Parts: sequence; C-alpha cells; structure tokens
Amino acid sequence: MDDLIAEFLTETNENMAALDLDLVKLEQTPNDKGLLSNIFRMMHTVKGTCGFLGLSRLEKVAHHAENIMGRFRDGDLQVTPDYMTLIFESIDRIKMILSGIEETGSEPQGDDSVLIEKLDAVYEGRALSPVASVMPDSTPITLPVSSLPEPEADEHGFVPVRAPQKYLATPPSAPTPASAPETTAVPVSATPDEPKGEAKESAVSAQTLRVNVDVLENLMTMVSELVLTRNQLLQISRAQKDHDFAAPLQRLNHVVSDLQEGVMKTRMQPIGNAWSKLPRIIRDLSMELGKKIDLDMRGAETELDRQVLEMIKDPLTHMVRNSADHGIEKPEDRVRAGKPETGKVILDAYHEGGHIIIEIKDDGKGLPMAKIKEKILKNGLASESEIAAMSDQQIQQYIFKAGFSTAEKVTSVSGRGVGMDVVRTNIERIGGAIELRSIEGQGSKFLIKIPLTLAIVSALIVESGRERFAIPQLAVRELVIINDKSESKIEEIKGAPVFRLRNMLLPLVSLKKLLKLDMTDDKRTGTQFIVVTQIGNYTFGIIVDKVFDTEEIVVKPVAQILKNIDMFSGNTILGDGSVIMILDPTGIAKATGEIETSNAKTEQAADMASDGRDKTSLLLFRSGTGAPKAVPLALVARLEEITLSDIESAGDQKVIQYRGELMPLIPYQTDMDPARRKRAPVLVFIDETRSSMGLVIDQIIDITEEYVDIQVAGKTPELLGSAIIRGEATDVVDISYFLMNNKKDWFKNHGSEDYAKPSDPRAALHAGVQTGSKNTRILLVDDSPFFRNMLEPLLRMAGYDVTALENPADALKLCDRGDHFDLIVSDIEMPGMDGFEFAEKIRAGSTSWKSVPMVALTSHNTQRDIARGAEVGFNKYVAKFDRETLLTTLSQTLNERGDYYA
Amino acid sequence: MTSPASALASADTGEFSQTKNFLTITISNQIFGIPVLQVQDVLGPQKVTRVPLAPPSVAGALNLRGRIVTAIDVKRCLNLTSDTPPKAMSVVVEHNHELYSLIIDHVGDVIPLKDVDFEPNPATLDPLWKGISHGIYRLDKQLLVVLDVPKLLESVNS
Repeated sequence: MDDLIAEFLTETNENMAALDLDLVKLEQTPNDKGLLSNIFRMMHTVKGTCGFLGLSRLEKVAHHAENIMGRFRDGDLQVTPDYMTLIFESIDRIKMILSGIEETGSEPQGDDSVLIEKLDAVYEGRALSPVASVMPDSTPITLPVSSLPEPEADEHGFVPVRAPQKYLATPPSAPTPASAPETTAVPVSATPDEPKGEAKESAVSAQTLRVNVDVLENLMTMVSELVLTRNQLLQISRAQKDHDFAAPLQRLNHVVSDLQEGVMKTRMQPIGNAWSKLPRIIRDLSMELGKKIDLDMRGAETELDRQVLEMIKDPLTHMVRNSADHGIEKPEDRVRAGKPETGKVILDAYHEGGHIIIEIKDDGKGLPMAKIKEKILKNGLASESEIAAMSDQQIQQYIFKAGFSTAEKVTSVSGRGVGMDVVRTNIERIGGAIELRSIEGQGSKFLIKIPLTLAIVSALIVESGRERFAIPQLAVRELVIINDKSESKIEEIKGAPVFRLRNMLLPLVSLKKLLKLDMTDDKRTGTQFIVVTQIGNYTFGIIVDKVFDTEEIVVKPVAQILKNIDMFSGNTILGDGSVIMILDPTGIAKATGEIETSNAKTEQAADMASDGRDKTSLLLFRSGTGAPKAVPLALVARLEEITLSDIESAGDQKVIQYRGELMPLIPYQTDMDPARRKRAPVLVFIDETRSSMGLVIDQIIDITEEYVDIQVAGKTPELLGSAIIRGEATDVVDISYFLMNNKKDWFKNHGSEDYAKPSDPRAALHAGVQTGSKNTRILLVDDSPFFRNMLEPLLRMAGYDVTALENPADALKLCDRGDHFDLIVSDIEMPGMDGFEFAEKIRAGSTSWKSVPMVALTSHNTQRDIARGAEVGFNKYVAKFDRETLLTTLSQTLNERGDYYA
Repeated sequence: MTSPASALASADTGEFSQTKNFLTITISNQIFGIPVLQVQDVLGPQKVTRVPLAPPSVAGALNLRGRIVTAIDVKRCLNLTSDTPPKAMSVVVEHNHELYSLIIDHVGDVIPLKDVDFEPNPATLDPLWKGISHGIYRLDKQLLVVLDVPKLLESVNS
C-alpha cells in the first residue's frame, strides 16, 4: 500500500475516534459552537487530504458533509435530531470507505448519491426527504464496521462477516470485492486458521507503531540515568584497574551509547519527513487547478523534535496548499504579469539564533489587499477609518482570524476560512510565532519561528565564577585565550572592557558581572577566555574563566518561575548528571545595550586602517555600448527586476511603483520600451531618508572584489574613470552623478542646492587622480553608512587611502593609538559627539592630529555654521554632495599644507 | 493533585471524624504539613546548580532522574533565618506540570490528622505566612501549619 495512504488511514482513524466522542457530546448539546467547529475542521482535514490521495469517493462524501457542517457552525442551521442522524450517517459512510481502503488499498465501489442528495438538500435548505431510515444507498461491499446494519448478501453473493472494530488484529476472513481485481492476492474464501492476507492486513498497523511521546520521554529519562551509572562505573574501573571488569564494562559502554543515541533519534526527525507528502500534493494541485508549480524544498535535513514536527506538519501542508491554490496564478496570468509561466513555492528550513525558521515563499500574486479590506468590513472586524489607519502589515494579519477567507469561491481545495487561524493556533501552541510578508503582485512569504526549547543543539560548555554554562555553538564564532604571555590584553574604556581582535575593537561583557556571580576569586592576572559571539551583525565577546568542550544537549525549557530571566534560553542535563543553564546570546546582547545593530562596519574600517589599501566589492553590469560598468556594491541597496510595461510617468520622470512608493527610474543608456523588451534589471539605491532611485541597466554581470585603481579619468560626466577589473577595462560609474542630476530633490533633505561648482568638474577629479597618492591617508568620519559608502570609494578611486569611521569617538581611538592621517574629512551632524566638538577635541588637545587639516562635510551651509566651523578648527567647509568641490578642496588643502611645510 | 487541597478547603470541623494524611516537615523548629498525595519524592542532600539572577528563594536546579527540578529554599519564602542543617532534605512536589524540590530542614513521618482538629489561620498570623498556609491543625504538643504548595510557589516570583 502506498505510504501516503497508510499514513492517511492511521491519521484519519485517530481523527474519527476523536470525532465519535465529539458527536456524542454534540447530541447532548446540539448547538455547541466549539464542537461544531471541531467536527467541521476534522471533516475539512479528511476531505483535504483525501483529495490529494485521489480518493474521490471519500472526498465527495466529506465535502458534502463539510458543507452542512459549515452551515451548522455559522449558525445558519439549527442541529435537529434528524440532522444529527444525517451527520452520523455521513460519518459511518466515511468509516466504511476507510475500512474498505484499509482492506484493499483502494476505494471500495459504491454509490453515495442518495446520501449526498440528502446532504445537499439540507445544505440548500430544502426539506429533508421523508425517507428517514438510515439505510445506506448501496450495500457495502467491504467489511462493514459494527455500527452498520446487519450485513446482507451483496450483488456478488458474498456475505460480509461482521468484524470487531479492531479487526486488524485478527486475520481477515472476509471476501474481497471482485471489482478490485488488483487485490486478488486476498483469497476470496480464506479460512481463519490460514493467516493469509499477507502484508495487506498489517500494512497499516504493523509498519508504524504509534508510541505515546510520554513513553519516549520516560525511556529517555531512564537512558540518561543509565548513562550516569555507566559513567560512574567507568570511573571506578579506571581507578581500580581491575581487568576482570574492563571488557564487559567496555561492552556496556558501547551498548549504552548506542541506546542513548537510538532513544534520542526517536525524538529527532528531519523536517523533510513532514514534507514528503508535499511534492505529491503540489503535483496533484497543479493538475487540478491547471497551474504550473515548482516546489523547491531546502534544508530538509534540519532536525526537529518529533513533537514539534507533528504539530507543524498540518499547518505546513495547509500553507503550501494555500500558496499553490491562492498564491500562484494561472500560467497565462503569470505571463501577463511578466513572470515565468511556472510559479515557484519555496520551502526553506534552517537554524537561526537559537530558533528553527521555516520559510514558505511563493512568487504568486500576494495577498489581495482590497479583498481583505472588503472582507474586514463585511465581517465587521474593523471600521473603514480604522482600516485606513492600518499599515498593510496590520491588514494582512487579519487572514489569521477565524472564518476569514478571501478566495472568491469555495473550491474543494481551500477557501472556507478554516486554516490560517488553525495554523496560527498550532504554531503558537508550541511557543512559536508566524510572520507574514506579502507584496501584492510579487508573492507572499510566511516565516515560522519555532523556539529551540524542543530541539537538540550543540553547545560550548564554559565556566565563570565556578558555575558552568552552555552557550549554543551556533552563536559562537571563535575563542580567544588571554594570559600573561598573550600580546593583546583586555583594555578598558571607562570601565567598559574591550579587546583588540585583529583589527577590530571587540566590545566585551564579563559573564561574571552580568550574572552577578561570585566575584571573590576574580583573578585578573590569570588566564581568561573570550567567547566571540555573533548575533545578527553584532559581534561581541563574553569573558569566561574556563572553556571545556562542546556537547550535544537536549534543550529543556526553564521552569515557569525562571522564565523572566532573559539570559537563559533553557537548561539541560550534562553527561555527568549535573544541571546546567543554557545562555541565550540574544539576551546577553540585549543586556549589553546593543540590540542587533551593525558593528561590522567598524571592523571593516579598522581592517582598512591597517591594510592601507583594500579590496572593494563591485557590482559589474552592462549597459549601453562600450566597456562593462562597475559600481561599488555597498551603494546598491537591492537588485530588482522590473516589468517595463509597469513603468509610469510622473511629469517627465519615469517612475515605478515599488514597495508602496513611487521610485524614480533612470535609464542608463538602455532601452526602456516595453514593446522591445519585457523586463529589465534595476539597481536600487536608497538613501537614509528611505527614498529610493532605480537605475535601469541592460544586464547584471557579476559581483567581484577588486583593488580599484583608476587609471584613466572618465570621458563622460557619469564616469569616475576606467580601471582594470578582472583583467578587463571597466568603466567605474559615479552614482552620485545620477543621483544629483536626475532627481534634484533627492538631495533636498540634505540641503545642498546652491553650491558653486568649480568651472570644470573634471579638473577636480584629475586633480584628485594626480594628487592622491597611496601615501595620502584620509580619515572620513560620517555617521551615515550610505554616505560613507558613497564617499569612501569615491575618495579611494581618486587615489587616496581612506579610513571611514562612523563616529568621532572611534576616530579619537585611532588618534590615541597613534595612527597618522594627512587629512580629516568629517560630517558635522552626528549623534553623540558632533563634528564641531570633534574638531575642538583634536585642535585643543596636544594630540598628534593637532595640525592635520580638517574639512567639514555639511548639509548646513549658513554663514553662522561656516564661522563656527572655522572657529573650532576646520580648514574648509564643503557641501556634502558636491563631490567635485570636495575633491578640489581636498587636493587644494593637501597642496597648501605641502606648501606650508615646504 | 489538587483534590486533597480542595477537599481540605471545604473541610470544616464536621462531626465525622475523617482524617487526612500529611507528611510532616520541620523548618526552624516549626512543624509543617504537606498533603501526602502532593508529595512525589523525598530527597536527601542534592547537588544543586545555582541559577544566577533568579529570585532569592530559588536555590537552583537539580537533576532528578533526568528531569530538571527547580529547588526552592522554603526558609527564605517563609522569611526564616535559622541556619540550614548540613544534611538538609527536600520534598519534591508537582505544580503546573513542573517539579519543584522544597528544601527544608527535616522530614518527619506521615501522620493522619483529624478534620476536627483543623482550624483556619488565626487572624494574628504573619501576613506572609497567611498567604501560604491553608490553616492549622492542633496536635498534642504543638501546632502544625498546612503548607499551601501552589501559593508557596507563586510567592517565589513576587
């Protein structure tokens, strides 16, 4: 029998047993909404699953039964005893078909039209036909279950034998319908003493054994105990050197290890197990709906606790089905929307920051916002004005409400408003969260986050203040030992410990201080360890006293009364039997005050400071004729592909709707005529005020990392010059040219409108190219990553050796360290210490930088500011976006200094 | 687990001389009782792992046959200051499907107590104790305070 069907039967039989209970309760309280919903959902599940297994008869019955259950649930219909009978009848029919499948592996023949007609009559509100008797409209051909009427001879003359509910335990003695010739292996007149029926009878029950998770838990506990005892024994035997015991102990050792592994394995399963049904489901769905769908499953090997797996299996199936049914468009619609004919549904599972993340992505039509709004109004969930005030995200959240479905018509696949609420409930029940991101026209993405608490992880065991802790290995980047002999030591800035890790300043936290541990044996001089930890972009070090080994641990949730301590994500029992707390790196990062902000830049900058010359990541593309083009990758926010027919005009500006905003588009010597070209790649640039600009190009080539050495100055204004990149002459494009010239108001917020330009902008660059020598070191301080990224390559390409830092404090650190620069370019507006203060500090102190020329970069160019700047020690004042002036000023300033010194 | 407790709450001084079984424990020379059905285990001294940053009355966590049990320093909960004897014992109870080990000085016998000897908390009882006591049983020579385990555990976090 098909694995899928076997699984379906096991599952459905369990559901049916539960349903029986609910039905009995329902008879006593006929209009209990909760019960009705339960029954409805179960019917829905049965229908949904068997639809994909090709069990059409079963699906039909379930579908029609679900129809009337839906009306009961919604309160359209009162449940009367007559209706109860009808429900029972449907369920008995389903059971009968199920047992038929179990017996023969395929659906029994039979006609359900009378039953369906009755169900439909109720559904459509017609009077129930007076035939109140609950006679099946065709005699069951297969084994009837005990709730069915006395069997009678069917048209083949076989008399079905009444079998107990647990008939599977006894050898079958029932005839097989002649109409199922593929199952002729089952003899028509088998006798009980002949245990025939071979695999058939046991196919369902024997292959899998459902074991209560509690039993597994218990087993696990006992194995842990066994491991401890074994460890003790091993220790004793080592001490006594008693050879008589050595050999059997060794064997015991192995067996126990295997046993432990085996028991652990029973709990852990790759997530792929829950996905095995999906390809089939997608295939059948695409046939049924006439769509072309590609299912891409990644990270199937990610291991999940069995219990969790069970819980998310149904939600996952449901969501994938939703993506295929509601998300992916029909091929013709896709082509019209400029998408490839074949839609994609991507499933991805991976570990991240102590969680397991499961992504379900599709490139379909996304959530229809208008329809959701309409439905919200219709269901009275919110008023029009409330909706108007909501963000798209908030509106999308409504799909998780019960009874909310935007599908236009109820198909047998989905669209009944059962589902997303169930999905959410199931996921939240295991402490997970579900996130939704959807862009209309581009697709939807669901992110399911499941906490680690039920999963297995490998952890680093450390000691601090004589206590041991586990740190999830996932977060650990490296380990550093510090002792008397090591070159670097832990340094302190006003009590805050830091460490110079290669060329990066690593913020440190002392676990001992953080956890308020025993400080008495705090020996600063002894060996210490730094666990370099990374959370997102934030890297920091945790100071610990000792580092032991890594161990595979099963994370157990902490007790309820300890839940509010952020520092721990759980606890576990180590091999030696002791309890150990598991540190939560995210919690620690939060406690240090740094919440997932990017410190990576500092590392980069520091790297540059030492190397002098560094590689730049470049995006290579083609546009127009001539050499390939390159832009610094750091400037490009995103790469997109647009459909040219979507381009609209606003004034004389070409724009496109992008993430709910209008994004101006600038063609770079490329064709934007939708008649000749359907889609085009776009480089998206986003500045700090979040406004974006798209540069339409011909084709993206690649991303590369190169030393950029501009050899020929640009022939046209948009080019910085040409350089050899990957052995080929490549034009390096100056993005600021496009930003400046094509969208004047792009820089409005930064106030650089009326700035006098030098008569020949080219001259500046030439000046830069000529003046800038590799020995000329420039320090650039600007808090905005965007402008750092824009200016840094610009200056580097002009031939300077640039160190870019995001705040003056870091700069002063370099100053203290004794780094030397020929010129400092600093922003004025910065959080914390601003440019004026920075200049004052440098000029006032007896620092080595006292006489280094300083150029202020500003968006404030009032007389007062310029005066103030001169006062605190800036030599020059340049508007932030005027790169020509900047370059001229730089070369002039440097020359002046040269003269001065000469 | 809650049935003995609820039965107890509804118990009055009724004519029927019904009895309930209590495990007696001693903390700082005061005798306490825990309904015996709530007790899962009685342990000798255990190796307890400290839990940093935990509330003061949480002594730590320990491994009880593969289950992690939170150890509660009952003395601190009751605001008692006497020294804990070197061989302190613990009583393991279950609360909200989690196990807790209550560290106390000594564990005594299981004794049946007559409902007629039960009294509600006297009005003058320390408010802290009132919050975690069901009431008092009059014994021959001393008074036994019935510990309300769920309330005791809830008091840990407040």
